Amino acid sequence: MPRISSPITQFFNCRILKNHQLVEDYLYVQDGKIIDPEKMFWDAKRKPDIRIDCKGGIVSPGYIDVQINGAYGYDFSNDTDIIEEAASNISKGLLLQGCTAYCPTTVSSRPEVYHRVLKHLGPRDGSIQNGAAILGAHVEGPFISPQKKGAHELETLRTAKNGIADFDECYGLDNLRRYVSYMTVAPEVEGVLDSIPKLIEATGINISSGHSNATTAQSSQALKRGANMITHLFNAMHAFHQRDPGIIGLLGSSESETRPFYGIICDGIHVHPHSVMIAYYAHPKGACLVTDAMSAQCLPDGYYKLGEMDVDVTSGHVYIKGTNTIAGSIITMAECVRNFIKFTGASKVEALENATLHPAQMLGIEHKKGNLIHGADADILILDDNLHVQRVFVAGIEATKENIKFSEKV
Amino acid sequence: MRLIIREDPKAVAYYTANYVRQRINEFKPTRNRPFVLGLPTGSTPVEVYWHLVDFYKRGEVSFRNVITFSMDEYVGLPRSHPESYCSFMHRHLYDHINLRPENIHMLDGNAEDLAAECQRYEEKIKEVGGIELFLGGIGPDGHIAFNEPGSSLESVTRVKTLAYETVLANARFFGGDVNKVPKLALTVGVGTVRAAREVLLIITGAHKAVALAKCIEEGVNHMWTVSVIQLHPSAMVVCDEDATLELHVKTVRYFKSIEQVQEQLIGRQNISLKGSISKLVGYDPDQAYRPIADPSANEKSALDTDSSDVSHQDESDQGSITDSADDDQYSVDQSEDDGESDNVQEMDRNTLSATELTASGSSEANGTRTNGSLVPAAVTGNPF
Repeated sequence: MPRISSPITQFFNCRILKNHQLVEDYLYVQDGKIIDPEKMFWDAKRKPDIRIDCKGGIVSPGYIDVQINGAYGYDFSNDTDIIEEAASNISKGLLLQGCTAYCPTTVSSRPEVYHRVLKHLGPRDGSIQNGAAILGAHVEGPFISPQKKGAHELETLRTAKNGIADFDECYGLDNLRRYVSYMTVAPEVEGVLDSIPKLIEATGINISSGHSNATTAQSSQALKRGANMITHLFNAMHAFHQRDPGIIGLLGSSESETRPFYGIICDGIHVHPHSVMIAYYAHPKGACLVTDAMSAQCLPDGYYKLGEMDVDVTSGHVYIKGTNTIAGSIITMAECVRNFIKFTGASKVEALENATLHPAQMLGIEHKKGNLIHGADADILILDDNLHVQRVFVAGIEATKENIKFSEKV
Repeated sequence: MRLIIREDPKAVAYYTANYVRQRINEFKPTRNRPFVLGLPTGSTPVEVYWHLVDFYKRGEVSFRNVITFSMDEYVGLPRSHPESYCSFMHRHLYDHINLRPENIHMLDGNAEDLAAECQRYEEKIKEVGGIELFLGGIGPDGHIAFNEPGSSLESVTRVKTLAYETVLANARFFGGDVNKVPKLALTVGVGTVRAAREVLLIITGAHKAVALAKCIEEGVNHMWTVSVIQLHPSAMVVCDEDATLELHVKTVRYFKSIEQVQEQLIGRQNISLKGSISKLVGYDPDQAYRPIADPSANEKSALDTDSSDVSHQDESDQGSITDSADDDQYSVDQSEDDGESDNVQEMDRNTLSATELTASGSSEANGTRTNGSLVPAAVTGNPF
């Protein structure tokens, strides 16, 4: 609760993303939260203490990336010995890019990896000390389809013959409950469909369908059982076929409440721009922009490790070394937002909501993240008209190169 | 009473805001001698406030030593409700200017003891030295604030039950549902408004025409409470052409001609902001008498120099407001009017001041013609 005496910050000379529109208005922040100025005004007779001139720019909630494997040379699945250092540096680096909250993503790994790293990837508030907020880990696999493993290592994949016990053995149910925000599974893998509702009840995590060959019927089953998200739509799933559109077909479901959210990578490489447009207009309210970035994000071209695999980075593309398999991306959220508009012709409001509101809604946290409503965390971006990030604020404090120091992995 | 007629609500809003600005600046308020302003809510005041915010942002007025009192507030509506008058004032004015929160006084419609709240309000007004300028509107039933027909003309701040017509008129702010409109309100009394040192009423729209006619052409009557301004020593009504639709042609012509007379005969420099004339400089009573032509015949000839479309004045005139006082480019020949001097002096001091003027500043700004309304002089331009 904001204290009466704390300084009030006012953003002025700006257009704010509010009620699905950009409106000329002021935004007030106190104690790291967005506040209703009228209470302070009438009750405490307070006017703002700090005034920030946004120079006519756009004020948006900070970007939320729910699919990111690493950056600046660090990797959440590989750097298990230095996981705290990895999380710390990635959080700070992402913050300066305009991503104020994220889900550190682990690729399919052996149980010992999860037991070692998950506790360091649990929810953590964003701040100048911490960098971007961590919303909880995204465990992508290993309960996925061997035919759609993408860059994941085959030996780590498994089935859930024993139901929820297998999940416990792999991750630890307690770890899921405390540190994980959502999990990607393939609905057709043995034991997965039945485990979905039990997992949700036992741990409260969200479930996402991905890395899967599931038919539309199977995907629909998963959705009905509570899988409210699709992991990187189009990638690592059964392609769209007119008689069996697979997981992608969920976007065409006739009643909109039964359509899931879906992550979509807008680097122009993972998904053809036209496919982005087709998917978006099939289900605009579900689009969540994600980067699926890997450790080479923000590093120069060269050779790096992802999970337990080696990859090659060349001019914006990342392949498994020696193959043509895409291993991940190195795009940033800010670029995704701009590309999205290019690909679909959608409005700025829509693009921004895909990067903020929808991911927050998917995780059920839109009351405090992804939104500029009263009471939400003051994670704010000031953008120019071309949606380039000008200034970043986390918990109401501005994050700059001076007060956010981080390093790349040596 | 001064009756200033302008072409449309935009011009009325601008005139009013400009007048308030100049009054504050001329008063030069200080902490110990603040400028006390009474403020209304409603759709016309919204535009007045927009202009005031604009003046503030340009540095042309400061509200640092201004104290405000609102006219009314619904009873029982939570302060955070978007239609409460607190929300309205915050949204349209208080959030944008340097008015100090402790200098803002609003009636509390959720007070435990409403009568005590009204009493407190009256006492506060006295404590700060009374209201210098009270802005207000008029209801279609001729009420000022929520002093519905039948209110005592000496009334003080109190709780009032809203008239049916008022509830209907306000339903548009509550999604068109009359059941959602509060039925009770706290309001300053007619007496409270009369006690202010100056009253300025903003009246626009054809639906207010009957009320305006009743209030200025007929007697002082508690069924049309605004009529009480006839007894006020310093009252001004700013209205648009539509609001004059029920007035006698003679009335409208009279008030318009006053503005013209002031412009031509007396000269801007001799008229104070509040309309009094202290001396006549550059005015030679020995020159031959020449009557002022009937304003309606004059619209093209005598006023060549200063017909400019009022609605353009906002954009063009912002900077030149203070300059135009000294600008004597308007080429109306002052020597023409001297014969009128006796007549001019006989007219009521207050009424003479109705014209401010089609300041030359605005005339040079935009040479466009008005659309043939009766007296372009009155219609044009920024008066100050």
